[in-house]
Amino acid sequence: MNYLIDNFPKVLDLTRTHLYLALVPLLIGLLISIPVGAAIRNISWLRRVTLTVASIAFTIPSLALFVMIPSLVGLKILDPLNVVIALTVYATALLVRAVPEALDSVPAAVIDSSTAMGFTSLRRAVTVELPLAIPVLVASIRVVAVTNISLVSVGSLIGIGGLGKLFTEGYQRDYPDEILAGIIAIVVLALAFDALLYIAGRLLTPWTRTTTKKVARA
Amino acid sequence: MIEFSEVTKQFPDGTTAVDNLNLRIESGSFTVFVGPSGCGKTTSMRMINRMITPTSGTISVDGQDISKINPVKLRLGIGYVIQSAGLLPHRTVVDNVATVPVLRGDSRRAARKAALEVLERVGLDLSLATRYPAQLSGGQQQRVGVARALAADPPILLMDEPFSAVDPVVREDLQSEMQRLQAELRKTIVFVTHDIDEAVKLGDRVAVFGRGGRLQQYDEPQRVLSSPATDFVSDFVGRDRGYRGLSFRGAGEVVLHNIRTSTEDRLTELPLGQGEWALVVTPQGTPRGWIDVTGVEAIRAGRMLSEAASAGGSLFGKGGDLRQALDSAISSPSGIGVAVDESGAVVGGIDATEVIEQLARQRQAEDEERNRQFFSVDT
Repeated sequence: MNYLIDNFPKVLDLTRTHLYLALVPLLIGLLISIPVGAAIRNISWLRRVTLTVASIAFTIPSLALFVMIPSLVGLKILDPLNVVIALTVYATALLVRAVPEALDSVPAAVIDSSTAMGFTSLRRAVTVELPLAIPVLVASIRVVAVTNISLVSVGSLIGIGGLGKLFTEGYQRDYPDEILAGIIAIVVLALAFDALLYIAGRLLTPWTRTTTKKVARA
Repeated sequence: MIEFSEVTKQFPDGTTAVDNLNLRIESGSFTVFVGPSGCGKTTSMRMINRMITPTSGTISVDGQDISKINPVKLRLGIGYVIQSAGLLPHRTVVDNVATVPVLRGDSRRAARKAALEVLERVGLDLSLATRYPAQLSGGQQQRVGVARALAADPPILLMDEPFSAVDPVVREDLQSEMQRLQAELRKTIVFVTHDIDEAVKLGDRVAVFGRGGRLQQYDEPQRVLSSPATDFVSDFVGRDRGYRGLSFRGAGEVVLHNIRTSTEDRLTELPLGQGEWALVVTPQGTPRGWIDVTGVEAIRAGRMLSEAASAGGSLFGKGGDLRQALDSAISSPSGIGVAVDESGAVVGGIDATEVIEQLARQRQAEDEERNRQFFSVDT
C-alpha cells in the first residue's frame, strides 16, 4: 500500500497510458464491428466465416501477437501502436460476434412495421435497430473493456504496458508492494470503467426502465 | 381504388399462399379480409404495400401498377397497423405518432404538433404523449398504432389483425372507435382478421378467403351471412350465422315493457312472489343485478347485495339491433332483457318472444316487398 501512496503521481501517469492503450482499441473495434456486423448479419455464410475467423484470431496468445505485429506491420518493437493494434484485433474479434447478436435481439415485429411505414434500410438500421440493440451491445462492450484493461499489462513484457510496468519492475526489484499497487490500480480501473459503461448504457436506454411502473387501463 | 388482377403468390417452399386473386377495392370502403390461418389473407394485404412481392399478376393503386413505384415512397402513402401495434419501443408515444411525417420530411417540431392532434382524435389522453409504449395498456398501444397510421393522413390504411391481442371489452371499444373514425375520415381500409364477427361488424365489404389462398366470396357482410357462396363460407361463418344475421336488423319496433325495479336500500320491503324477479338499480337508475325471493330473504338475513343478487344479462342500448335485443333477454337470469338509455339508466324490459315476433314481421314485410316486384313484372 505504501508504494501506491508514495508514488501516486507515477501511478496516475501509468494509469493514463493504460487507459489510452485499452480504450483506443475498443473504439476502433466498435467502429469496425458495427458496420461489418450489421452487414454480415443477414448473409448466413458470410456470418459463419466471419465468426470462425474471429474465434481463431481470439485464440492467438496475446504475447505472441505483441511480438509478431512489429515485423508484420513494420513498426519498432517499442512502439505503443503495437499494443493498440493487437488489442484492436481482440476487441474486433469479440465485437464482430456481439453486434449481429445484439441486432438479433431487436423484435422482428418492430423491424417489420418500421419497413412497412417507409423507413429505408439504412435509416432503419441507424435509428431503430442500433438503439434497440444497445442493451445487449453494452453487455459485450463491458466484457471487451475489462478484457482490454487487463490485457494491456501483458504489453509490459515487451516494454509497453501502462500499469503492467509496476509488475515487471516489482518483479525485477523483488518489491511485492509495487506489484500489489499494480494489481490494485488495474482492478480499480477495470471496475470503475465497467460501472461507467453500465451507467452510460442505462442513460442511453431510458425506455428499458419503464416497464415496472404502473400501467394505466385503456 | 386498389385492384388485384390474377395475383398469385407462391413461396419458395412450394406452398401457394394466394391463388389467382381478382379483387377490386373501392376508394373509401372498409374491406375486411377474413379466413382461417394460412388462407392468404395477410399475404394478400402485405402485397399492397410491397412487403411481399407477388409471383405473378399485378396490383394497382388508383390505376398505377405498384411494382413500378418505389417501395419506400409507396409505403409512406399507406398507413399500417399490426397486432400489438408494432410501436417503436425506444420512442415516446408522440414521437411514434410523428414517425411517418418525419420520414416524409416534415420538421420534428411540426410533426409532433400534428401528432398531438391525431392522438386526441383517436381518444387518447394527451398526458400519455410523453410515455414509452411499454408504459401503456394493450388497448392504448393499439390506439397509438392507429394514430401513427393516420398521422400522415394517407388515403389507404392496412390493418393486420390489429385488435386480436386485446381483451374482448377493449376490443369492442376499439372497433367502435374505428367505425367512428371511418365515418369521419372515409379512408380506403383493408382490415385482416380471422374473426367473422369482427369482419361483419366493421366491413362494408367482406372478402372470405379459403384454404389454398382462394377467394371464396366478396360481398356485403349481410350477404355473406344470409347467402354464403360456397360450402366453405357457410362452414366458416358457422352454424349460428342466422343469429349473427340478426345484427343487421334494427330493433326499433321491439316493445319495451315496464319492469319492476328497486334500489338497494328498499330491498327488504320488496314483496316478491315465488318465481318473480326484480331489477336492483342504483339511485341513478343503472342496473346492478336481478334478485328473486330467495335473494330478498338473504338480504333480510343481512347478506351483501353482491351475494344475494344474480348478475344481470347483456344490456340493450338505444338504437341496438335484434341480436342485442334477443341476447339481452336470453342472457338475463329473469328472462327479461334490460334496455338502457345513453346514460345507462333502465328504460324498460324486453321479452325474447316478442323479438322473434318482430323478426317474423320484418321478414314477412320483406317477402311481400319481393312479391310485389314479381307482380309488377307480370302487369
